[in-house]
Amino acid sequence: MKKLGLIVNPVAGMGGRVGLKGTDGPAILEQARELGAVPEAPGRAVEALGRLLRLKDTFNLVTYPHDMGENEARRAGFVPTVIGLIEPGRTTGEDTRRAAGDLMDRGVDLLLFAGGDGTARDICTAVGAGLVAVGVPAGVKIHSAVCATTPRSAGDLAALFLEGKVTRVREAEVMDIDEEAFRAGRVSARLYGYLKVPHEAGMVQSLKAGSRGGEESALDGIASEVIDRMEDGRLYVVGPGTTTRAILERLGLPKTLLGVDVAQGGRLVAGDTTESVLLSLLESGPARIVVTPIGGQGFIFGRGNQQISPRVIRKAGVDSIIVVATMGKLVALGGNPLLVDTGASDLNGDLSGYVRVITGYRQEVACKVASYT
Amino acid sequence: MKRRLKERYQAVAWQEPIILELGSPGERGVLVPEAGEEIERVAGDVLASIPAEVRRKDVPRLPELAQPHVLRHYLRLSQMCLGTDLNLDISQGTCTMKYSPKVNEQMAALPEMTELHPYQDDDTVQGILEIMYRFERILKEISGLDRFTFQPGGGAQGIYTNACLIRAHHESRGDKQRNEIITTIFSHPADAACPATAGFKVITLMPDENGYPDLEALKAVVSERTAGMMITNPEDTGIFNPRIREYVDRVHDAGGLCSYDQANANGILGVARAREAGFDMCHFNLHKTFSSPHGCAGPASGAVGVTAELARFLPVPVVEYDGKRYRLAYDRPDSIGRVRGFLGNIPVVLRSYAWSMSMGPEGLRMATDISVLNNNYMARKMAAIPGVAIPYPRASHRLDQIRYSWEPLRQATGVGTHDVRRRMVDFGLQSYFESHHPFVVPEPFTLEPCESYSKDDIDEYVEVLRHIAEEAYTNPEIVLTAPHRSTISRIDESALDDPERWAMTWRAYLKKRKKR
Repeated sequence: MKKLGLIVNPVAGMGGRVGLKGTDGPAILEQARELGAVPEAPGRAVEALGRLLRLKDTFNLVTYPHDMGENEARRAGFVPTVIGLIEPGRTTGEDTRRAAGDLMDRGVDLLLFAGGDGTARDICTAVGAGLVAVGVPAGVKIHSAVCATTPRSAGDLAALFLEGKVTRVREAEVMDIDEEAFRAGRVSARLYGYLKVPHEAGMVQSLKAGSRGGEESALDGIASEVIDRMEDGRLYVVGPGTTTRAILERLGLPKTLLGVDVAQGGRLVAGDTTESVLLSLLESGPARIVVTPIGGQGFIFGRGNQQISPRVIRKAGVDSIIVVATMGKLVALGGNPLLVDTGASDLNGDLSGYVRVITGYRQEVACKVASYT
Repeated sequence: MKRRLKERYQAVAWQEPIILELGSPGERGVLVPEAGEEIERVAGDVLASIPAEVRRKDVPRLPELAQPHVLRHYLRLSQMCLGTDLNLDISQGTCTMKYSPKVNEQMAALPEMTELHPYQDDDTVQGILEIMYRFERILKEISGLDRFTFQPGGGAQGIYTNACLIRAHHESRGDKQRNEIITTIFSHPADAACPATAGFKVITLMPDENGYPDLEALKAVVSERTAGMMITNPEDTGIFNPRIREYVDRVHDAGGLCSYDQANANGILGVARAREAGFDMCHFNLHKTFSSPHGCAGPASGAVGVTAELARFLPVPVVEYDGKRYRLAYDRPDSIGRVRGFLGNIPVVLRSYAWSMSMGPEGLRMATDISVLNNNYMARKMAAIPGVAIPYPRASHRLDQIRYSWEPLRQATGVGTHDVRRRMVDFGLQSYFESHHPFVVPEPFTLEPCESYSKDDIDEYVEVLRHIAEEAYTNPEIVLTAPHRSTISRIDESALDDPERWAMTWRAYLKKRKKR
């Protein structure tokens, strides 16, 4: 019998209604409670589970005690297998990580979790690519692409996967920002990793825009186009992301998913480089920078690829930049421009305007680029 | 008040298998008599004249059915279909599902039409050549352009033809570096797909905040590599771009040509012409605007029109008239050649000509006026339905269609556009067209109440959507589990993008099922 793992982050989303922009850390959580915040995640988890009730007898629900899943499972009408120990009402990210690890050890087929970016990040830290997961959106910040659009669609997607109607998976970005900086009005988001999610067009917002051909063929087209344009003598500084990874993979080269790699003439010159390595490599000749928007907000510089610093961009030249993205990702921006936040305002200005984004083989979209303010 | 909601509607559900699953071995529809002795003697073994390499080794695995079984099967299938004459076909936005008068159908079925052969000598087909010539004159007046061909067998083939004409134009000037076609995301996707098929690179413009193609983006991408722009106006949103001439001029200044996709011209007949907007070429779908029946893959016609400068590149043959006699002209050295066999779908041209003549110039203009009026009347009623949004509210008023959004409904109730479209068939309506891909408008649906629909028709249609929206707020489950009164309920769509599971033929289905 199949096994479904369930993790509820009971405090996810509590800060939002009271204006706190996230609930990472016990002190801020206390503040949220004092401001009258009520838990959002449990209700949303129950709603998602409701969609799975018809399959109740076909899988085992395995979860953590009390408000980390057990209560929600029972409220939704399940009799769950409960594992682990927690201190109810006082759970932290450590509990989420432990729960995710324990559920992976139990061999669950799918992990359903209710939370936000912080929860996704904890799960990603614990299980990496070891589990397929579906997120029930319940956090204040959802920059990550791992959550379904609604609790109901999260439940439906989980059902399709458990029934074997959706078998393919894709990698979705797990982003998180430094909450302390965010509350102080500064945004500093990082790409923490990727979680595997079931690939079903229509259930996850960004995929809704995708063609029937699916994500893989879109990535294949983009990779072919970039490789067609490559010149032997040039260095290619390739930023993080699954879209850029497709390019190096097609060349048969390893790609650091979260880092910046450099290729030349079909060879890898440097993997997972730093700003200083990039600067010294750029001494040797002309280069192009290949980037893709990171996260849901469309940053092409300044989020998740800070190694490609203003000095690196200046050295390679503003005209050397190649932006790649799937059509789905561009459409998911909802009409907003691509963003740059390099930390150098003159450079942000020079990067602003319009860029031809490669979206497929011999296909481009003219996208507006704006400086993040 | 008239009772508008068909709550007792019940579609026929025959639960009919696929024909390949019916019948039994040896069952026959026609018993072919053996040839008589004398025939056998004279004709000999006719099968022996078929070369061995083209002869089947095995008997084809066709279904074996008696005549009544075949008849019953197809009658049942026909009962389970909802045709445009049976329901309010407002649902197929961008498709212009107007009423096609049956008299035109009868004309196309006359033996004078059906008995024609494309290899007949010109002198024996003067009548149909005259109709082609005269209908070309009508389209020239409507578009302001100078020459037309009816050869393309559909809208996409018309656009492909235009892409080939653009290529021929640049090649004739030795301008070989021009390999980019610009289009917009709200133009029909064929405006990107067809030039790509013709070998061009395609650059797509996104809309600005008012829903118009981003003019600044156009300025940023035109260059000495620009071969042309292929664009719709009004776009899928129903928004007409009043500054279209500026876009065209930009492309012309860079040396490119401009192709106007007028597949659906129902919002502009007699109002706006390709010529005045500066376009070099256009195409009309005769099976949309010009009332020839439409759907189920044809028959269709993508009539292509060009300026005098480009006429020499048109496909061969074209119809010429010297004042006495019509003839098909093949001697055109600069022609791109043929894009399709023979002359195109000529019965479609006949129907469209008949329709246009019955309408007259004032009638054609009135068709547009009523379509636009219908659409804007419907928009007011739609905007009052809870959960409906009309994106780009600051754009000018809409022409003949609108891409609406259920995004507010989805946010409030969890009921989205897929769900509503499944529910509406419970009230005897064809499920609506959501949107071309990608879904730029969230939770989209596209409606086009063209001139055939009365105020009562529109009121009934809107009433169904209002009812479903109210259900979404009060009893979402009934919408989410719909349809309840249709031929089939819900189908599992998950195989649609999975090559391991989809099957285009029965043989492929059997093979893939076996593998699984």
